[in-house]
Formats: sequence, structure tokens, C-alpha cells
Amino acid sequence: MTGEPGQPRGTSRTARSLRHEEGPYFGDFGGRFVPEALIAALDELETTYRKAIVDPEFIDELDRLHRTYTGRPSIITEVPRFAAHAGGARIILKREDLNHTGSHKINNVLGQVLLTQRMGKTRLIAETGAGQHGVATATAAALMGMECVVYMGEEDTRRQSLNVARMQLLGAEVIPVMTGSRTLKDAINEALRDWVANVDTTHYLLGTVAGPHPFPAMVRDFHSIIGREARQQVLDLTGRLPDVVAACVGGGSNAIGIFHAFLDDPDVRLLGLEAGGDGVETGRHAASITGGVPGVLHGARSFLLQDEDGQTIESHSISAGLDYPGVGPEHSWLASIGRAEYRPVNDVEAMEAFRLLCRTEGIMPAIESAHALAGALVAGRELGPDGIVLVNLSGRGDKDVETAARWFKLADGATS
Amino acid sequence: MSVTAAPSRVASRLAEIRGEGRAALIGYLPVGFPDLAGCIAAARVMVDAGVDILELGLPYSDPVMDGPVIQRAVTAALAGGTRVRDTFTAAREVTATGAPVLVMTYWNPVLRYGVGAFAPDLVEAGAAGLITPDLIPDEAGEWIEASDRYGLDRVFLVAPSSTPERLARTVAASRGFVYAASTMGVTGERTTVGAQAERLVRDTRAAGADLVCVGLGVSTGAQAAEVARYADGVIVGSAFVRALLDAASPADAEARLTAVTEELAAGVRGGKS
Repeated sequence: MTGEPGQPRGTSRTARSLRHEEGPYFGDFGGRFVPEALIAALDELETTYRKAIVDPEFIDELDRLHRTYTGRPSIITEVPRFAAHAGGARIILKREDLNHTGSHKINNVLGQVLLTQRMGKTRLIAETGAGQHGVATATAAALMGMECVVYMGEEDTRRQSLNVARMQLLGAEVIPVMTGSRTLKDAINEALRDWVANVDTTHYLLGTVAGPHPFPAMVRDFHSIIGREARQQVLDLTGRLPDVVAACVGGGSNAIGIFHAFLDDPDVRLLGLEAGGDGVETGRHAASITGGVPGVLHGARSFLLQDEDGQTIESHSISAGLDYPGVGPEHSWLASIGRAEYRPVNDVEAMEAFRLLCRTEGIMPAIESAHALAGALVAGRELGPDGIVLVNLSGRGDKDVETAARWFKLADGATS
Repeated sequence: MSVTAAPSRVASRLAEIRGEGRAALIGYLPVGFPDLAGCIAAARVMVDAGVDILELGLPYSDPVMDGPVIQRAVTAALAGGTRVRDTFTAAREVTATGAPVLVMTYWNPVLRYGVGAFAPDLVEAGAAGLITPDLIPDEAGEWIEASDRYGLDRVFLVAPSSTPERLARTVAASRGFVYAASTMGVTGERTTVGAQAERLVRDTRAAGADLVCVGLGVSTGAQAAEVARYADGVIVGSAFVRALLDAASPADAEARLTAVTEELAAGVRGGKS
């Protein structure tokens, strides 16, 4: 391994690797705060997963699906016209938007659906916010001939109606969740209730790096292919590692996916962009690390938007996929040890970045990913012309056309 | 490890009831529904009509173990401005009836309050301890320590899916009684109580539990009678909450609660044949 380009610089041989955290705890974060009824299923999942990831047959099958179904490896694209607005730093996009189903979500779904087969279960349930994870799960269910039920906050079914139709066309049943804030957190509650009742036949295909152990570590592992590919691709393109790796953070699956390969590269700054909504100072946001305190939600201890009684505070973001009051426990840990930095990007900044990438590069990002782009513009200006910023373009914006058209008041395009 | 010699008040009461040749009726109500005074009044009606032990639910925004009936009541309680401190008020008032009070709470409100502060405040309010549906003993180190220090009950749950190892671990960590979830699912009224409930109670006793109470899905006198054959207590929630939800007036609520309680109280007495 010595002499490999991009070998961590300036680290002693004894520096502790950050890339082997298997849970249940990441520092003080994580755990299993769930009803006893689910423990047996979580244990079964963990055992199945641990066996599978050292089983050549599983590895080959997942690799085959990545290559022949998802379209991996996803490419990287340098975006100089966009980067001209970032103080001249180079900006490189990891194109998870080009995956089958339109986002990074399929990486985790395919891994978990193979585990579902191994557990002999035939029914998949999932939560979805923007609909990307629901679409990916419905897709995999169709591919594998499994029954699929997707829980989606009623509010989200309205702002992401295109994805509701996609899931239904793929044969999934979409259940609008009418409780609480009617968004992602309530969809997770409802999926957990379904899971407790049907755990014998059903796998809960959780779509982010939150939830009880083993989900945070397992979902991260399935997404870590993003960073492994991107690290090598950036080295091949530029001859060095990026200065900053930027990704949006809701639950945090795409971010941990691209961060993980860089955790032991101390000179690479990891930048998570949380949804600032109307602005963190307004209280209407989804920036759990920036604006929250540690607590327990959905099975894990992590940063959380909560009031002084420990009641979850409803989050707000233009992006349904980031509209979640919690965050994966590994992000809370990376924030607490200072390895990754988390900043808010508000709706206005995200939508400006959305439009800028459309106009300068002909790439329409998901609004979620636009938060990462906005963060990259700022990071680029901080770095100056010698800097390199790698951005995880976690999803494409087709699903957001309606929201964006409304935001920009339709005819706005004619003015410039 | 326990530094408290005092016997559990709930365990003593359950043993006493066992001595009467029947099972206990444990009734759940969410604090703050229909409002704080209404909830306290409802608890008094239930105690008068035959509920032996009260389980007061601390309303929480994300009650993943609760079905639609209790969700509705809890959502209304929170919308009505119910605070954590109201749970202590309710516990104090209901304890005054003579029935032991356990507080049922999801874990985050306790964490936020501080486990070390919550425990003495429970004691001060006269509550006997906590039922914790989303806290397993593996994650409960701080609570086990605090409940030992203050002599509080800690009721953990076992489920039909619990392995023998987990039953043993949960039984060993529990104080007061062990809560056997009758079915794989959330709270709510069901037409039948599964056969797995009886098996679970047997297995829980085999794992060393003296006192085992059964909850989830029990709503009728006949079901209570069935469960009372093999369990030390029958825990009922949604049927009481339903009575409150359906009530047209406070007087109607009292009549409905009395009727439900009397039916269930007869059930837990008729079960031993």
C-alpha cells in the first residue's frame, strides 16, 4: 500500500482509523432504543449482514447488480462554468443522480433486498420523504418479485406526487401517513408500527443511516461505494485528493457514503450541509446538528430537534428528503470529534444553487443535492483558485420540477 | 446491586391480589387527555370502579408502540399544552386514591429531563416507577442505577419474539413486574388475545419472573378473564381511552369508564376457575 497516491499525509502509523466503526455506538451516539419486540429481528438482520459481507456469492451478486442494473460505477463530472461562481476553485460532481432510479438510494436498497432474500422474507416496507428511497425500494421489490408497502407523510405525497405515481406504477402500495407533521419522521413511526406487527414476513428497508443498530453501520457500508469510487476517480483526474468533500445531510446516507472513504485522509475536509429551511435563526429548519441537541428518536441517540420536554420539533425544508428532525448517529459522532463539519444551507441558497447548476452545466440536481452545491460554492470561495471540491450529487431533479417551477414563479426563466 | 431494601409497592399489591385468587386490573390513561383535570377525574372513576393499579402515560410526539386510539388521545393532550411536569401532578393526585401509579413513558422525555432529576421527582410525586416501552435493559444503565437509588420500579417489556436469553436478561433487570406484550404489534383493541401470550407468560416465569402482567389488545371482560387464568395482571389501555374519546360529556365519560372498568374488573375476578 505504500506509495499509493493519496496516502494519508502527515498521519502517524498509529493514528486510529475512523473507518471501522461497526456500532452499536459511535462515541456516545447510536444504540438500540426500540421495543423489545424488534430486538430479535435486528439481531437476525445483523447476523445475516455480517455473514453476507464476507460471502463471495453475496459480494458477487451485489457487484453484478451495481454494474448491470444500477449502472455503477457512477461517473464524476467537473463543472467549470458552475465553479466560476465559486472563486475559481475546481468543483467535481459525483454523479449518483445518474444511477438507475435517479439517486444514491439504490445502493443501499439492493444490498438490503439481497439480505431480505437471505432471511426468507417476502414483504418489504419502507419510509420515504422525497420519494427517492421509496422509488428505489419499489424498484427492487419489482425486480425480486416481493410485496412492497411504502409509508410517506401525506404532506410529502403532495409535494412529491410524481414519485408517488412512480412507486404505484412499479407495483408498490403507497400509504399516506396522516399523523404528526405528516412528513418523514411520521412515516418512520408508521413503518416501525407495521414492522413490529409483521416482523416474521417483513423486512423494514430503512433508507438512511439512522435508526437502531445495525442500520446506521449497514446502510453506511452499502453506500460507501460512492466514496471509494469517487476517491479514486478524483485522484485519476487531478492527481490528488480533494480539499473538501461536500454532501447534503438529512438522515445522512449519501453524505456518509461519500465521506467514509476519506475519513482517514486528515487533509480532506468533510462538509455536511444541513437543510436550513427559512434560516436556523427562525426555528423553521431541519439542521439537527447545527440547531439540535442529543436525544433519542427512531431507535438511536443522536442530535435531534426537540423542545425542552423532549418532544420532537417539526422540521422544515423545501426539500422533502432533508425534512427530518434527526440525523444518523455516525454524523453526530463525526461532528463531536471534529472530523466533519456541518453547516446549514437555507431554502433560498439551495434554490439559487439549483438554478445555477441547471443554467451553467445543463444538470438539474435534486433540491436535496442543491444544498450540497450551495455549500460547495461557499467552500470553493474559501479555498480560492487552487482548491478542489468534490460534491456528492446525490440525486436528480426531475421529481422537483413542480416545486422549482413554483419557487421560480414559472415564467421567471424568460427574464434572463 | 440494589441499595434499596424497601419492597416494591406494585409487587406487594400484585402479590396481595394474587392472594385473593384473582388477577389485577391495570388501567392506562394518557396524562392531559381530555385535559389534566379530566384525566385525573377519569383515573379516580376507574379506581372507584375496580382498577387496581394506574398506568399514566406521559404524552410523547412519536409514540411508535401505540395504535390509532392512543395516538389520537396523546396528540390531543400535546396539542392542549400538556407538559412533562403535568405527569408528576397527575401521579400525585392519583396516588392519593390509594392505587399505585406507574408512569409509562418513551425514553426521550426522561433523557431530556435528566434521568437523575426524573427519578427523585417521581418519588416526590408518589409514583411507584416507570414502564418503558422503547428502553431495553441493555440501554438502561443510567435508569437501573437511578431506580435502585430511589427504590423505583422499572417495568421492562418482553415480547413473543424474545429469546430465552433475552427473557432472562429482562426478568433480571425488572422490578415490580414484567410486562408481557401479548402479541407482536402496537396498542389497540383486538378481537382475540393470541395463544402466544400464555406461552410468553409461561416462558417469562421459567426465566425467573415472579410477577408477569399481560398487555396489548385486551379490551373486553372475556379477554380479561382469559388472561387472568395465567397472568398476575391484565393491562388495558385503548378500551379506556376509547371510552373517553367517545364520551359526549364529562358525565357520559364517567358512565362509560365505569361500565368498561366494571366489565374488566369482573373479568379479572372470573378468570380463576
